Amino acid sequence: MTFLSYLINGISLGSVYAIIALGYTMVYGIAKMLNFAHGDVIMVGAYVSFYATSLYGLPTWASVLVAAIVCTVLGVTIERLAYKPLRTAPSLAVLITAIGVSYFLQNAAQLAFGSSPIVFPSAVKFEGIRLFDGQLVISGITIVTVLACIVIMIALTLFINKTKMGRAMRAVSEDKGAAQLMGVNVNSTISMTFAIGSALAAIAGVLLCSAYPTLQPTTGSMPGIKAFTAAVFGGIGSIPGAMIGGLLLGVIQILGSAYISTQLSDAVVFAVLIVVLLVKPTGLMGKKMNEKV
Amino acid sequence: MAMLEVKDINVYYGMIHAIQGASFEVNEGDIVALIGANGAGKTTILHTVTGLLQAKSGSITFEGKDITRMPAHKIVTHGMSHVPEGRRIFSQLSVYENLLMGAYTRKDKGEVAASFDMVYERFPRLKERRNQMAGTLSGGEQQMLAMGRALMSKPKILLLDEPSMGLSPLFVSEVFKIIEEISAQGVTVLLVEQNAKKALAIANRAYVLETGKIVKSGDSHELMNDPSIKAAYLGE
Repeated sequence: MTFLSYLINGISLGSVYAIIALGYTMVYGIAKMLNFAHGDVIMVGAYVSFYATSLYGLPTWASVLVAAIVCTVLGVTIERLAYKPLRTAPSLAVLITAIGVSYFLQNAAQLAFGSSPIVFPSAVKFEGIRLFDGQLVISGITIVTVLACIVIMIALTLFINKTKMGRAMRAVSEDKGAAQLMGVNVNSTISMTFAIGSALAAIAGVLLCSAYPTLQPTTGSMPGIKAFTAAVFGGIGSIPGAMIGGLLLGVIQILGSAYISTQLSDAVVFAVLIVVLLVKPTGLMGKKMNEKV
Repeated sequence: MAMLEVKDINVYYGMIHAIQGASFEVNEGDIVALIGANGAGKTTILHTVTGLLQAKSGSITFEGKDITRMPAHKIVTHGMSHVPEGRRIFSQLSVYENLLMGAYTRKDKGEVAASFDMVYERFPRLKERRNQMAGTLSGGEQQMLAMGRALMSKPKILLLDEPSMGLSPLFVSEVFKIIEEISAQGVTVLLVEQNAKKALAIANRAYVLETGKIVKSGDSHELMNDPSIKAAYLGE
């Protein structure tokens, strides 16, 4: 029974990683860049939702909506100001810029919100359910997180596969030049991708802080790296890959800390990543790399 | 006035002066061939015309509109369609989705449906394989798809970059036959080819490009009988 409860916790944490990893993987798929500031957008989303509730008394759903809107604007602005001028620059320059943006967000948050951690009140008031005479408790936030993850996954898959904009995104991800020749505005497609990824990051931020209720300017950084790992694990650029990678990572981390060692749980996570990449360098669901010669 | 007028364009790749003051025109209804050896700058010229590259100086006018600085995704809405070198179909999209991408800028559903019928009629293979991933098509079928995709935007002018490259001789003849048919339906064609013999055979006029400069131009039958062209491009 304890195993089952660990597993459920792992799936819940993994769902958060998966939602964050979607942002990483979509941006990589479309813009071919690693947006290392993505994790810090999560933190901004959590702060916005916290203050929307505590200062303005907004209901939870409204504060999540506000956070999603603020993060969408933030994500698109970051892309415009920091990454767009580097569209033709070497990828190393873009990578370093992304790390710079990450530090900028963390320090700006320190200035704006202070560096001391705040206690984040759970966005989910529902107590959860007890099964097997109270031996297994599934908390409300766990249920909401997993459901949110499922809904997001289905919505995103439909969007990418069934809509005109989604088709254009897939075309851009494969061949920017050819997509332009079809009449696709590549810049607005990239903006759209950042907008979706950042809105998801805001939702992930609220879910994460509801489950692990400490919020500080560096809150997003570790989950960001974990989610990046999840995206690579599943095959970066692949949406189902991000999902599976996120879930597996969450489960491995929780089981690792339960049965191996709490201190070593992160090491276990990254060790598994190394093994996967040794066996399958493109990740679990990764496409074959078709680098053009 | 010519439908497409390219005047004295200069294009650079970093420090390399790839196109050095090239000028040419394409009249409505014509098939114009741009021939030249590998690396002469043919593809660069097409990319500059359709906006994938920017000319440093000079001007490009299409139907009286200056399109020199217009981004590629806008140019296609004015009726110019480009079949790029190496086909560049979207291999992870189905054949049907590739064709839909070709009609990306068109709003009228009924007209798009008519274009689907027209493309499927011209390329029955594409209809048979419409639900297949485009990457699984053979090279010849991919060329058909690239051409069909370009026709989905209902272009007034079609720019074709090496449509015969890498195809079996049977398919090469088929491709040139299709180009003639497309032209007969009133679409103007600018054709870039290394296969000078075939290109000159179907073109009205032609330009010869050598290391970024246009060195000869004229009626394609005259060029075919020009001794220096024969020696350099027709292997006679």
